[in-house]
Amino acid sequence: MKFTVDWLKNHLDTKFNSNQIIDKLTNIGLEVESFESSSSELDNFIVAKIINAKTHPNADRLKLCDVDIGSDETIEVVCGAPNAKNGLLTVYAPPGSIIPKNQMKLSVSKIRGVTSYGMLCSESELLLSNESDGIIELKKNKYANKIGEKYFKNTSEKVIDLSITPNRPDCLGVRGIARDLTAAGAGKLKINKKSNLKYRGNQNINVTIKKEKVQGCTIFGSCLIKGVTNKESPKWLKDKIESLGQKSISAIVDITNYVMFDLNRPLHAYDADKIDKEIIVRSSSKGESFEALDNKKYILENDMCVISDRSGILGLGGIIGGTRSGTEYSTKNILLESAYFLPRSIRKTSKQLNIDTDAKFRFERGIDPLSIEEGLIKASELIKQICGGEISNLDVKKIENYKKTIINFDPFLFEKTTGFNVENKELIKILEKLGFDVSKNKKILNLVVPSWRPDITQSIDIVEEIVRIKGYEHINTSEPIKTRLKPTLNYYQKLFHFLQRSVASKGYLETVTWSFTDSKINKLFKEKDEEIPIINPISSDLNVLRNSIFPNLIFYLKKNLDRGFKDISLFEIGPAFKGKNPGDQQTVIGAVRAGKVSRLSWNDKERIVDTFDVKKDVIQSLCEAGINKDDIIIDDKTPSYYHPGKSGGVYQNKKEKNALAYFGEIHPDIIKKLDIKTEGLVIFEICLDYIRESKQKIKDSKSEYKFSDFQKSERDFAFIINKNFKSQELVNIIKSVDNKLIKSVRVFDVFEGENIPDGKKSIAINVTIQSEEKALNENDLDNINKLIISSVESKSGAKIRS
Amino acid sequence: MSDIKKIKDDYIDKLNTENNIDKVNNIKSELFGKNGIISNEFKKLGSISVEERKKLASDLNNIKDELQNKISIKIQEIETKEINLKLEKEKIDVTLPERDIEIGKIHPVSQVIDEISSIFSEIGFSVEEGPDVENEYNNFTALNTPDNHPARDMHDTFYLDNNKELLLRTHTSPVQVRTMLKGKPPFKIIAPGRTYRSDSDQTHAPMFHQVEGLHIDKNINMGHLKGCLNYFIKEFFEVDKIKMRFRPSHFPFTEPSAEVDIGYEIKNGKIVIGEGDKWLEILGCGMVHPNVLKNVKVNPNKYQGYAFGIGIDRLGMLKYGINDLRAFFETDYRWLNHFGFDPLDVPSNYRGLSR
Repeated sequence: MKFTVDWLKNHLDTKFNSNQIIDKLTNIGLEVESFESSSSELDNFIVAKIINAKTHPNADRLKLCDVDIGSDETIEVVCGAPNAKNGLLTVYAPPGSIIPKNQMKLSVSKIRGVTSYGMLCSESELLLSNESDGIIELKKNKYANKIGEKYFKNTSEKVIDLSITPNRPDCLGVRGIARDLTAAGAGKLKINKKSNLKYRGNQNINVTIKKEKVQGCTIFGSCLIKGVTNKESPKWLKDKIESLGQKSISAIVDITNYVMFDLNRPLHAYDADKIDKEIIVRSSSKGESFEALDNKKYILENDMCVISDRSGILGLGGIIGGTRSGTEYSTKNILLESAYFLPRSIRKTSKQLNIDTDAKFRFERGIDPLSIEEGLIKASELIKQICGGEISNLDVKKIENYKKTIINFDPFLFEKTTGFNVENKELIKILEKLGFDVSKNKKILNLVVPSWRPDITQSIDIVEEIVRIKGYEHINTSEPIKTRLKPTLNYYQKLFHFLQRSVASKGYLETVTWSFTDSKINKLFKEKDEEIPIINPISSDLNVLRNSIFPNLIFYLKKNLDRGFKDISLFEIGPAFKGKNPGDQQTVIGAVRAGKVSRLSWNDKERIVDTFDVKKDVIQSLCEAGINKDDIIIDDKTPSYYHPGKSGGVYQNKKEKNALAYFGEIHPDIIKKLDIKTEGLVIFEICLDYIRESKQKIKDSKSEYKFSDFQKSERDFAFIINKNFKSQELVNIIKSVDNKLIKSVRVFDVFEGENIPDGKKSIAINVTIQSEEKALNENDLDNINKLIISSVESKSGAKIRS
Repeated sequence: MSDIKKIKDDYIDKLNTENNIDKVNNIKSELFGKNGIISNEFKKLGSISVEERKKLASDLNNIKDELQNKISIKIQEIETKEINLKLEKEKIDVTLPERDIEIGKIHPVSQVIDEISSIFSEIGFSVEEGPDVENEYNNFTALNTPDNHPARDMHDTFYLDNNKELLLRTHTSPVQVRTMLKGKPPFKIIAPGRTYRSDSDQTHAPMFHQVEGLHIDKNINMGHLKGCLNYFIKEFFEVDKIKMRFRPSHFPFTEPSAEVDIGYEIKNGKIVIGEGDKWLEILGCGMVHPNVLKNVKVNPNKYQGYAFGIGIDRLGMLKYGINDLRAFFETDYRWLNHFGFDPLDVPSNYRGLSR
């Protein structure tokens, strides 16, 4: 909402200066967005002097002018004016300026092969006169020392721009703002002069508000003004309209707009001679159409509130008028409309048709239903004053009577809510200045809410009115109450933070990427999840919710590789979406690692990152987060975006259905499809939702501390075994030979090839044996050795290497 | 005797010039071996008179001690020399680079969320979460923002279906609704998380982060709201004093509502929080609207309290001097390294919020 201080002072008697007014506005909840002179399109035009005018090399009629525009260097402008000559003072328009006459925006352009930077202007182009034969010739004595200065003086007053919250339609008019200021002690509201308008005759165009299932209009007020002379607005009106950044159109249109901005009372003026016999306010039927004042044709749906005559639709009530009955300079007789449209109806219609107008903006928020006559009278007065004419009696049709809102307010609620007390006397004064009727009934205040405040419906709204006018600075700052109701984080929240930092500590940079992604990349990672499209995506490459973290992670990995980084570790922890209903999401860590380990190291051999790098990262992170390493089981079934032979799944125990984590190389197809250029790319993911909280807290789960001091023995074994036999199983077979005696089993060598039959591999295993009860003798150890060999051979088909 | 003395002097001379450990050991066995010179001299003692024996034995012992002493000193001397020589040879250039340090980083948004949680934890708040996909009711209607309300225009919403039933939450406030619906008052929670609005430019991203706060009890008033936020802002920016301004505003789900500005100034091109005469809007808050309480089955005549919503990314930008919001989500390796935090730098009260 824009207005000038001058305009405000039409309604407000105040000693406050502009800055005080601005502070006050902010303090009562009318946020000042800006306070500045309205920048004008005319600011661009500057006084200039032609230094040298020579003939255009390719066109005799054109001239090539070196122009002094007050800067260090002259610029070259191509000009067709016969009067362009050396030494002439004129008006220059730089590229980017808009020529008032034709609203064309200038750009740097070549004219017959020579570049022209801007334009020299004629009076007609600047709408100063009809003189178009040559460029403006400025008087030397007045302008000779003004080269480079603005030609048009910016005389416009500074404009206050308020950001009005949707609950305050009353402040979409200057008078409403003035009223709020008076309540806050910034002055006195001026009393409107009583109108001494003389009415002649009746409004004889019949108006009917039809009974409809859904009728969006409840009051329709109007009057006829006969014998007007429509014309350009007088300067004061033009200035007012233009100071708001609006375009002045004609006196009649400007007056209706002026009243709208002044009183927040939208009006509409019809050319009465173009109305076919009568006005019918009704609901539209699907398929009806009309041409609106924005020069667009709208095809309507059912139940939109339209103003029509016998020939059809004249306009959408409260939103936009139609061209058929619009006023023009030639208009002689006007029908002036001042109506009340239901916010819900306005909003629905304007959303459906995607129209936004000042009137719509106001009606949708709620216009004062008791301002019908006031608006008609104020506008009629101005029309009569500027355009002449005779005004008929006012005609107001209504299908519903306005019902007052009454609130019985207990002042105690104020203190209970705000924590401080305001004397009843002051409280009543504030409310009265805001327009409430206040009467006291013992401790309770009976309040009649002013008709322009549809937002106020209950006691808490009254609290807000008082506290905002009184000032938020009166609210005390209480010490925070430290009472705790439950622990700050639950298990999964702790797990989130733990794993996040655990993964980062392995050298991964945490990133945060969009929750949406490109469906084309998402497809490569979504497995059996349903695709979740966004109906109105911000762009076509962010058109679905991500089913996995990897589409974005891989996309950004590629971007960084393309930037020239080679060894990159990235991860993100966040949602992956499994369905489109609330809660169909999992918290997942996705991590990628590309490039080499020990690249360009002087002492270590460099190598490409591999599956066992990420396997370590994922297992270590899980262990750090509290999972027992001995419980972890590895499987080789993984989602299709992993390399089928070089990836694994991590389970918390045998019975688990879902893997907590996967790790491995990414499928070579994906690298190819996405054109990722890297030496190696391995990934892992952890699904936090599948990690089970241990039943006991650590303080309860620590077992008794036991250890053995008896002699430890180590034995090495080498087995020849089928190539596909899993080492994990082999280790388990050995462990299960004697869980008590076998303390650890470690694979220390695996190889295939020389001396090993095809389809077989050799696995070397180190076993640590120790008793908790006695020192083992050679005999005991031999027995265990034999048991280990026989168990392995019988259960796995392996052969001990001799 | 003079023989022995001579032998001794010869060997002392020999030992003095000898630098080879093996030769010293040879000398040792020459003297003290089974048939060593000194050993033999001792054997001879049996065949001489008692008188002489006494004297000779004493002399022999002295010579033996002297020689043995000399030998062990010599051995130690040579060994020390050898070790020193070996160590000298083993010297390496310790200024050569160490093995690669794998430095990971925590994203500023995560760090700031941890800072915020730590501060609110101190005054008894617990952390709640809600889904990113919400239904229309939780995101709007339950929060006193019915379909025909113009306040909905303030939120450009991403929808997942044509009926506009399912959407990406436009703020963290639906967590208030979920929390209150599933529990009984009092409530004292914060809810950080991702939020979404379909606008995108230099200062807006289609996804950003908010933290919601909610404290509902029997007598919670605006003074508590002010106190809580004043405490939070001071702790967060790690300053002793903060200039703060509560300004009336409007949110459908709070009444009265406020926006909070903090004072700042620009010093040497950097923004300094807490001083100066410029104001920066950082959050919205208010007393939870009775209609919202009714919608979540809390009796507004018995319970009341405040709620607030803070932009997390913005707070991070202000505290750590980050200019561009969009860069938060662009995964530029250089940016993540520059603005990221060490994973061991966990914000906490006792160790300090930030290093």
